[in-house]
Amino acid sequence: MDSLPARVPDERIALVDLLDRLLADGVMVTGEITLSVADVDLVTISLRALLASVSSLDKSYSGAEPATR
Amino acid sequence: MTGACGLWAYAITEHGGGDALTEHGGWDLSRLTGVAGGTVRTVAADGFTVLVSDVDLAEFGEAALRRNLENLTWLEEVARAHHHVIDAASGLFPLLPTRLATVYSSHAAMTAALARRAEELRATLRRVGGRVEWGVKAYAAPQPDTRDSEQPAGGQAGGETAPGAGLAYLKRRRAQLTARERSQHAALAGARAVHKELSGRAAQARLHPPQSAQLSGNQMPMLLNTAYLLDASASDGFASAVAAAATAHPELRLELTGPWPPYSFAGED
Repeated sequence: MDSLPARVPDERIALVDLLDRLLADGVMVTGEITLSVADVDLVTISLRALLASVSSLDKSYSGAEPATR
Repeated sequence: MTGACGLWAYAITEHGGGDALTEHGGWDLSRLTGVAGGTVRTVAADGFTVLVSDVDLAEFGEAALRRNLENLTWLEEVARAHHHVIDAASGLFPLLPTRLATVYSSHAAMTAALARRAEELRATLRRVGGRVEWGVKAYAAPQPDTRDSEQPAGGQAGGETAPGAGLAYLKRRRAQLTARERSQHAALAGARAVHKELSGRAAQARLHPPQSAQLSGNQMPMLLNTAYLLDASASDGFASAVAAAATAHPELRLELTGPWPPYSFAGED
């Protein structure tokens, strides 16, 4: 049996680019028993989480940033 | 799994039916690991075939989802697992990716949901399935000239300045600001031109909101965050067009990502 195609290097895909697509896009097929969360909530929640984590990263890096030209 | 199980949906396809799909072209989808380490399988529902895996509702039920989505580590793991399955499968057959966190309580609930939207889903599959998405982000290129001279020159030594130095500074400053405004206008016009040119090559285009500098990790302002839907065979030509646009527009920095499964075009507009 063939093996799966070489695994896409998922790690290299920026999370923010992935979330742009996964949170706001993709087909929504909701029924009354579906547990899908409303997309607006999803975006708000996740971006808040992202921003929080990014800004804490910023803090720990600030001062060490080289002046790149 | 001890608790109640739900079905996590990855993608919808019309290709094949049920079990036949796992043997498509000799690929075995069951070897794909899905969200929370689940085994991916196909389920037939109302004429569609859906890629799913079982998830524990204690972790993926509505209340738990809301809580867990606030956890970036959890969100990243789930998002990457979801993407991994869709990405691998989209190379094998036309599909519609489902939005992240589409969980059904039962097979019956999933079938009912699909049945309600069957016609629309088929139309979207025909339009989007089998195509790929490329992402293009355009940033305004930094303007080193105006930036370097932003500090007022002189005035340091002795604290004394020649007469008229203040006025000269103001004049210089105004010229700098005008230059900056001009370059901002040029960058915006460039971004619009690039988008127009690339849209012409795509079956469909979609604008995402530009990412903030905090999220993009890039200090240059993002002017464009766009997705283009293309036939897979058009990918090479599109990448060349982006490279040519980058050369033709030194006022911009262009970034190409992809090919993606057609995420941005699977939802209804």
